This record gives sequence, C-alpha cells and structure tokens, in this order.
Amino acid sequence: MSKLRISVSPHIHSPITTQRIMLDVIIALIPTLIAGTVIFGLRALAVVAVCVAFSVLSEFIFNKICKKELTINDLSAVVTGLLLGLGLPANVPLWQAAVGAVFAIVVVKCLFGGIGQNFANPAITGRVFMIITFGSLANAAYPTVVDTASGATPLVTLSEGGSVEITDLILGLRGGAIGETCTIALIIGGIYLVARKVIVPHTPVTFIATVFILSFAVTLDAYTALCYTLSGGLFISAIFMATDYSTTPLTKWGKVIFGVGAGALTVLIRFWGVYPEGISFAILLMNILSPYIDKWTAKKPFGGVAK
Amino acid sequence: MSFYLHGVHLPHRKKTSDMEPVRMSAPQKIVLPMSMHIGAPAVPCVKAGDHVDIGTLVGSQSGYVSSPIYSSVSGTVKKIDDILLSSGKPCPAVIVESDGLMTFDQNIAPPEMNGYEDLIAAVKASGVVGLGGAGFPTHVKLDVKDISKIQELIINGAECEPYITSDTRTMIDKAHEIENAISIFEKFLGVKKTIIGIEENKKKAIAKMREIAQRNPRVEVKVLPGVYPQGGEKVLVYHTTGKVIPAGKLPLDVGCIVCNCTTMAAISNFIKTGIPLVNKCVTVDGSAVKEPKNVIVPIGTPISDVFEFCGGFSEEPQKVLYGGPMMGISVPDTSLPVLKNTNALLAFGEKEAKRPQSTQCIHCGLCVSHCPVSLSPVGIAKAYKSGNAEALAKLRVDICMECGCCSYVCPAKRPLVETNKMSKTLLREYMDAQKAKEGAK
Ligand code: SF4
Ligand code: SF4
Repeated sequence: MSKLRISVSPHIHSPITTQRIMLDVIIALIPTLIAGTVIFGLRALAVVAVCVAFSVLSEFIFNKICKKELTINDLSAVVTGLLLGLGLPANVPLWQAAVGAVFAIVVVKCLFGGIGQNFANPAITGRVFMIITFGSLANAAYPTVVDTASGATPLVTLSEGGSVEITDLILGLRGGAIGETCTIALIIGGIYLVARKVIVPHTPVTFIATVFILSFAVTLDAYTALCYTLSGGLFISAIFMATDYSTTPLTKWGKVIFGVGAGALTVLIRFWGVYPEGISFAILLMNILSPYIDKWTAKKPFGGVAK
Repeated sequence: MSFYLHGVHLPHRKKTSDMEPVRMSAPQKIVLPMSMHIGAPAVPCVKAGDHVDIGTLVGSQSGYVSSPIYSSVSGTVKKIDDILLSSGKPCPAVIVESDGLMTFDQNIAPPEMNGYEDLIAAVKASGVVGLGGAGFPTHVKLDVKDISKIQELIINGAECEPYITSDTRTMIDKAHEIENAISIFEKFLGVKKTIIGIEENKKKAIAKMREIAQRNPRVEVKVLPGVYPQGGEKVLVYHTTGKVIPAGKLPLDVGCIVCNCTTMAAISNFIKTGIPLVNKCVTVDGSAVKEPKNVIVPIGTPISDVFEFCGGFSEEPQKVLYGGPMMGISVPDTSLPVLKNTNALLAFGEKEAKRPQSTQCIHCGLCVSHCPVSLSPVGIAKAYKSGNAEALAKLRVDICMECGCCSYVCPAKRPLVETNKMSKTLLREYMDAQKAKEGAK
C-alpha cells in the first residue's frame, strides 16, 4: 500500500474558494458593465478593459519580479480592475486608466503584501490617485457623456439648487462614472452577492440609509434627499467598495459602524467639502479606522470573558 | 443572556444509518495499546505465552486517571511490544494471537451494586472511557464525591460528524441498555433529571429515545439543530439546559454530567453481564470503501482487517481516519488497531484525500462568524505569527474545541485548526514560564 497521507483535521473543506468568491463579484458586476456600455457607449467598455488588463498584467509581473507565487488565478486583480474602470468616466484617456490600474495593484495591493493585506481599497485609492495626479480628472470624473439634457452631473445640479428626474437616476441616464449611474443594475448585483452569501447587507444598507437620512436632515426635503442618495457613486461604493473584505471590519456590528460612518462622512464632504463627491474619501477614511473598529467590536468568546 | 451558537452545515453522508451493525468474525490477532484513553497508560499484567479469554485483564489501571484493558479474543499472548500510535508516540501494546474460539473468561460475573462506591468501582472495572471520541475515563467523570451537585445528566446523542452513525445505531439498537443505565444513574448518582440531546436529522433515534421518556417522566429528549457541531460539551450543555460553562470550567461546575450514549450502553452492559468493554460498533465508510457498513469489532483488531471485512477498497486509499472528517485523526498505516474510542474508520481516495492548497487570508471574516464559541481564528493566526502569547491569552485560544468549522469555511483554505493547536502549545508554555517566574519571586 502506498503511503497514507497525514494531516491535521478537518479533512473536508467547503467548496467556497477565494476564486469562487471573486468570480461571484465579477458576475455581480456584469449588469452594471452592460448598463455602463449601453449608456456611455463602447468607449466605456474600452476603459474597463484597459483597467482589467493592466491590473492583471501588473500583478502578474509583480509576482514574477518578486519571485512570488502567481496570484492572478484568484481573480481578485480582475475585480480591482473592474471596480477601478467602472469608477472612471468613459472619456478618460486610456493611458491614464492604465496608470491608475498599475498604481492600484502595485502600490496599494502588492506592496502591502497582496490580497487581504492591504488596508486601503485599491480601486478607490487608484481613482483618488488619478484625481490628484491628473488634475483634470477632478472635473472629468463627473462629466456628461451621453446624458439626456443637462451638461452637469446631478450632484452639481443639485448643489446649485437645480432639480433632477428620479427615473433618470434609477436607470442611470445621467452624467457620472461608467458604473455608478445605473442604480438598478447595481442593486441587482448587490442582491446576487447577498444571495450567494458573498456579502452581508449590513454595510450597504446602513451606508445608503445614513446618506438618505442625513441628506434629509440637511435639505428637509425627501425628494431632494432621495436625489442625493441616488446620485454620485453611492450605490457602487456602498455595495462593492464598502464590502471589500480586506479593508472593512470583520464583525457585523463593525460593518454597521463602517456603513454609518462612511455615510456620515459622505454627506459631510458633499455639503461642506470642496469636492462635489466625497465618497472615495469617506471610504478611505473608514478603511483606516477599520482595524480599530474590529478591535472595539470583537466578539466575546463563549463562556470566557477576555481577561 | 442568550447566544446563537454558530457552526456549519455539513453534508451528512450518513448512508450507514439504516444499516444494522454486523458482527465481525474473530480476527487472527489483536493489538491492544496500553494507552487508549486520556491519562496514565495501563500496565501490561500478562506475559508472552499466557492464555487469555475474552474479558481477561491484560493491562491494569495505573493511577486514578487511567483505565484497565481487557482482551477481546481468546488465544495466546504473543508478545508485548512498543508500537507507534497515530500521534507518532511509542506505546507498549499487548499482542494476542487468537485461537478463533472466542471463549469468555470464567471469572466474568456481574458486579454487586449496593451504592455510589459500587457504581464508581464498576465503571472503573468496566474499562469504559468516553466513547464519543474523547476517551476520558468515565469513572473519573462520575466520581463527583458530592452527588448533590448533580442537577442534570445529559446524554450525548449528537453525532454531528458526517458519515458516522455508530451512536445513532446504539440509540436505535440498544435503547434498552441506555434506559437501564439511566435508572442505574438515578439510583446511585441521585440523578433527578436526564436530557438526551439528539440532532433533528436522526428521526429513528429520536423516536426510540422518546419511548424511554414516555416510560420515565424524569427523562426528556431534546431535539438539537442539524448544525455542526452539537456534540462539543459546551455546545451540548448550552443547547440542552441553557447553561453556559465558563471557560476553563467543567460541566459539573454548572451541575451537569455529560455522557455519550454509547458510553451509557456499555456501562449498562457491564453491570448486567460483567463483560467489560471489548467490542466497539464502528462505522466503516468513505469513498475508497467498497461496502460501507456498521461493524461490531473486537477492540484491538487491525484496521486493515475491518476494511477487508467491508469488501476491501474500491480504489487505493490515500487517507484513512480514526473518526469523522471534521475532527478525526489521520492514521499513518492500517496495521494500527481499532481503539476503545474509535467510532468510525473512514478511507478516502485521491480526490477527497487531497488537501486544497492554502492561499493568503482574504480577511473575509467567515472563520469568525462560523466559530461556535465566538473566537477569532484569523486574529489568533495573526497573534501566533508574531509570537504574541499575551494576545493569544486575550483571544482565548484555550477554549477552542478544535471542531474544524473555521478551517472548513475558510475560502483561502488556511490551516486554522493547526495554527490553533500550535497557539495553544505556545500559550501553555508561556503560562508555565510565567508561573515559574512568579514562583521564583
Ligand atoms: S476556532 Fe476552534 S472552536 Fe472556533 S471554529 Fe475554529 S476549531 Fe472550532
Ligand atoms: S476565513 Fe480564512 S480567509 Fe477568511 S478571514 Fe478567516 S482565515 Fe482569513
């Protein structure tokens, strides 16, 4: 008889793997990708494709240069590329998109030790990097590409006292980044992720609810508050960015704190900050706080109080 | 305060639950390691050439936490030799060559039962240890000194590991023995209330145990959720009584005695007949086994004989386990014997035996949300990596029951149980060093 294998228990493992989880996130983003392409044209698809390609490529090259194990099979680089691309406007120069992707993967993810080790969300940090580096992107990040009428994004319109159509906001017929406008597609993706148990709804729900409630508190008008909630990148951020495993709290209460905190910061920046959209910064700030939130909300061991 | 104790939904794979155990014929030889229980090994009390029968003492108890060992066949002692246990530790073993006659020892007689001391002595003499898998000498557990401390007897019928059905079969086939053991405990231990905990998926066993409850109003059957693990003492006590055992304490500290159902049946059998623990019902299953079965095996039978009795292997086995896939121990080779606390023998082919490759932790939190005792395996792994024993103490790695839920759910397939085990050792060494330092002051 050949040698029997010896290993520590357990001897069976659940079929869920990192790769499977990432694949689910990719699947969940497909409706949004389709909507973005329909709304903003094929150029949008090209932007996302460049981001994905450069994310995967840079992780591959980083692994090779550092003689590390190849990690692109876990598909997390594809997810980062998708999220970065969907967070950019369709008219962004392609080379800038490529630089953003390389920055997100190499600096934010790989240099911190790869998947699970980074403290800041790579896609968001990549975008913030682009806003800061390619100054123009600060405006270009919120252009109108194929909009129904006006030339400004809803958030700008709203802050100037104008009004917008709710149906346009829900369908995504408005200015903004490729993947942030079509609320319906994003919600479908979110429901899929919850159903597949990839995420729990705690963060998205508290995040979105906080933005709505605080917007209402500021504007004292439910319709305007709803418009604020449906504008900008709230849904894509709440569903896909604020649920990133590495950079958000582990516990359920931690997730609630994260959602409320990110929501409050978003409103703060939107109404009183220099940028019309503050979600990226709000999430980055909460990313930094996450390890502490985890500490505060750690579960008490059953039958044993921590000494 | 109420808790929701997490766990995982596992595939049951209990296809043997409807198979009545079949008795194996006499093996050619048996190997009886002197350490089949927690505590001091027994001491061989026979020598090569001695004739033994079924029930002849071959290893006598040494010390309080220990247990005697009896021959399960009739024949001749061939030698006393060191063998390597699955843990890799050497252990003296009595090897008996069977004469195939299976005659019983002349001196077997039911013990006299007049009081509490007699019960403890009988359980001690029966060689019964925790048969659910733990292997802790049962007489030590029952020796509570002050029986007024006992509020409930909890019978563990939660066989939560996939594949294993030997306890389930005990409840179905030996219900009368369990019933008898309950009355013995009521009489001599002053047990006033008995709760039998069984998971919801064991309908037949539940029905059988409910019959006991109908005849005896002091018995209650508690149906447990079909979530793994239910059999851990802490989890079981909480789900049957609602009591929380503080970390580092025993069930008795909250007034409970927990006994596995097969252990109960074995005690009853000894008190009735005087035949000590010599046979064990074992579930034989796994993808590499041709004819999965429940088998009544003489303790000490080489594992390979048992597999052969089940039609041999359908494919080359790559991994063989004592016990279930969640907490079982992988054995290095099949010449090792069936032990007192062996409840299953599983053999797996290449596909199941292969451990999935582990990748980097993705910080998903699944290990935290599934731990039945609310630990943070990901945090423990981090603390272990940095050698931080103080953090490990705070994270209470000491209460980890090594149930395997965390490793099972981890999408990155991190070896979390392994890390927990090593963390426990690290913590223990640190505590000992700490104590030594204090002592030196
Ligand atoms: S930490 Fe221990 S008790 Fe918790 S799931 Fe893992 S093995 Fe089980
Ligand atoms: S389940 Fe695995 S990947 Fe997820 S946090 Fe725990 S150790 Fe990390």
